[in-house]
Amino acid sequence: MARMTGRRALFAVPVLLAVTFGVFAIAAASPFDPVKAYAGTAGLTASQENLDQLRANLGVDQPLAQRWWDWLTSAVHGDLGDSSTLRQPVSDVIGERIGWSVLLAATAFLLAILVGTLLGVLAARRPGGWLDRVVTSLAYTLEAAPPFWIGLLAVWLFALKLGVLPSGGLTDTASSAVTAGQVASHLVLPACVLAISQLPWFVLYVRQGVGDALGDDPVRGARARGLAERTVLLGHALRSGMLPVLTLIGSRVPELITGALLVETVFSWPGIAAATVSAATAVDFPLLAALTVLATAAVLLGNLLADLLYGLADPRVGFDG
Amino acid sequence: MRARSIRGTGAVAAAASLAVAASACSAPGDGKNAGGAKDSAVVGIAYEPDTLSPLLGYGKDGNSKIFDGLLTHDAEMKLKPALAAELPKVGDDGKTYTFKLRKGVKFSDGKPFTSKDVVFTYETILDKKTNNAAKTELDAVKNVETKGDDTVVFHLKYPYAPFAERTVLPIAPEHIAGKQDVNTGEFTTKPVGTGPYKLVKWSKGEKLTFKANPGYWGGAPKVKNFTMAIIKDDDIRATRLDAGELDGAILPPNLAKKYASDGNKKSYAAKTFDYRVVTLPTGNEVTGDTDIRRALDTGVNRKAMVDSILDGAGKEAYGPVPTDSPWFTKGTERKFDAAKAKKILDDAGWKPGKDGVREKDGVQAKFPLWYLSGDKLRQDHALAYASDAKKLGVKVEVQAGTWEVIEPRMPKDAVLAGGGSPADPDFDQYTLLKSSLAGDGFNNMAHYDNPKVDKALDEARESGDHAERQAAYDTIQRELVKNPGYTFLTHIDHLYVVDKRFGDLTTQTEPHDHGLASGPWWNVEDWQPKQ
Repeated sequence: MARMTGRRALFAVPVLLAVTFGVFAIAAASPFDPVKAYAGTAGLTASQENLDQLRANLGVDQPLAQRWWDWLTSAVHGDLGDSSTLRQPVSDVIGERIGWSVLLAATAFLLAILVGTLLGVLAARRPGGWLDRVVTSLAYTLEAAPPFWIGLLAVWLFALKLGVLPSGGLTDTASSAVTAGQVASHLVLPACVLAISQLPWFVLYVRQGVGDALGDDPVRGARARGLAERTVLLGHALRSGMLPVLTLIGSRVPELITGALLVETVFSWPGIAAATVSAATAVDFPLLAALTVLATAAVLLGNLLADLLYGLADPRVGFDG
Repeated sequence: MRARSIRGTGAVAAAASLAVAASACSAPGDGKNAGGAKDSAVVGIAYEPDTLSPLLGYGKDGNSKIFDGLLTHDAEMKLKPALAAELPKVGDDGKTYTFKLRKGVKFSDGKPFTSKDVVFTYETILDKKTNNAAKTELDAVKNVETKGDDTVVFHLKYPYAPFAERTVLPIAPEHIAGKQDVNTGEFTTKPVGTGPYKLVKWSKGEKLTFKANPGYWGGAPKVKNFTMAIIKDDDIRATRLDAGELDGAILPPNLAKKYASDGNKKSYAAKTFDYRVVTLPTGNEVTGDTDIRRALDTGVNRKAMVDSILDGAGKEAYGPVPTDSPWFTKGTERKFDAAKAKKILDDAGWKPGKDGVREKDGVQAKFPLWYLSGDKLRQDHALAYASDAKKLGVKVEVQAGTWEVIEPRMPKDAVLAGGGSPADPDFDQYTLLKSSLAGDGFNNMAHYDNPKVDKALDEARESGDHAERQAAYDTIQRELVKNPGYTFLTHIDHLYVVDKRFGDLTTQTEPHDHGLASGPWWNVEDWQPKQ
């Protein structure tokens, strides 16, 4: 287990290097001009001399490889640089926001796993039954629905039509304090929307896994021995049916991150998403690179976690051969 | 199963609230929710500032709430003293400006404000290392010096009549801002100033919350808590206004309309210098032709644009100066006259060719017109312009793009641009029309080149005499009739809806750039809410 973790960590280094270089290269090739983005409306009346000076100050007149190397060396020394769009050190930007993103993503993920497992087991119990048909077709429909669309729909229904939940933000508009109660009520809609966008995969995997397990010999044997349906379902079928779900947990992480990006934007949730979007369109190299490293690391960790869990749950699988 | 799922949700909620409680420690504020209280106001705005540091350009046009400038504008946009004790004394033929400072003013952290802060502010902005995109506006300044604690003298490179208008920019405290990185320091998000409000919190992308500064030199504001919610989407802003979450908001004309009959809300239409214009670059053989320019100038129906595109909230524009400004030259209005426009083209030899597009010497009367993609208002203006031009036999090909696409094409292609700065006619016109600034960044986008206008622009900015300046701007406006480098279309009103309990409010004449300073809340510190 330790060996696998170590090997993956070593493997992560070249991946991260390649990904950050890729980000710099793509950003440099994009038609967006970081100086224009920095200057904003003031740039529309600024003189060329002023804009050139800004270009030099922001260091964006350097060649691509040079910029990447400068960023990398200072990042290794713990200095992530300064975000040009937010006029703040990158570490401050991330520090201020990442907690809210993690809260949102973790809540949604837990909800998706719990509700997904529940619905999956219920559907698998009577394959082809009305509940199975409803749950499965709903899952396929949701699979095709983009999270921001579900988000807009939720705002329209719960905030505008019914007026039961706040439409956005972290706290009420007039309030300057951040309290647990306020955040909890503002968390409901975005977390549910994000959970719903993740739900179909868990439902379908659990349904398939548990359904298959119900037809396996051990389960049929357990039934034959006259064990209670509940014990059979939860003790035997769910246990072996959950194995593919563990892999799914890891592989859902990238989708969770992109989903969270869209959901945060729809609900003006003050997480890392808004920063990511502005960093991308404003070609804010330091911020973009740091956020990419974070996202890549999250994906790699997610995969590692899935493999570890799988290995633990089913010793036959082992760790990386 | 049911019990299990409920227990599961409970666990999630518990985990969530734990996490929230942990992060709540870092949130400032006393925890008392002021929402709906008599002494609080919440307004919805569409734009968020990039920074709150005046050193990087925040509040450069005055009215920054957290800060004060040496001077400020009243409701009529006249200059009046703020941190200065009186209006400046101009000497050395318009090349020195001497300000006496107000005594006893303190920053909101309790430290006194002195002449050193003024020098620090201006010197830092002018420093090459400072990433202030608006520093061109202080181009005239040679240096700034203190004469004791309460006097500051600005030395200019050349006589610059509108300079006093530039001194509305906010003064930053040297004892705080001077000790950190000017471009990324904490001061850019946690500013401290002498203004009527103190910043409580800036939750980026969400809102700015302010608290009244009890020690404000102009008297403590009656509205104790002031919040600006940043809501980019027009419909959501209107909905939150309806839901009572907001006390006021800026709205586009179609959404503002329905509040006219609302007994609790009052609508305000702020007059502006915010124009929409088509650039007619000299580098294009069609738009560079004076007869084509004049024909378009008389042949576009501005009135129809105001009525249909702006729902009547605006007025026809014939130049950067709005028709109701004292700087406007009466008699330079162009009446819509399609027949006259056609005659201009006929007389000039632009003969109707195939598909109804005119031709002259083998050149077809057609040119591309770009607008910023996603900007509905500009799109509508561009399409209306093209449709009017088509009736004259001029083919305008409307195309959308981002600035990255448009900018390299500006010397040859027409652009649907916007702008407007009410403080002084020089601010718009010099950068718009001066031939030496052609193609310099976004200055003089049309590459307009008219020696008479160049001369008048210099006279107008150098002369301290009002009558001389007026005469120079009259010359410019008359020249623009003879040889228009741009087709000015409309000046756009900015519409606001505010709760009646704040009484009758006023608006200033607003610039193109609707930042935080605009709207009826330009003087929220003077509001007298009904108890």
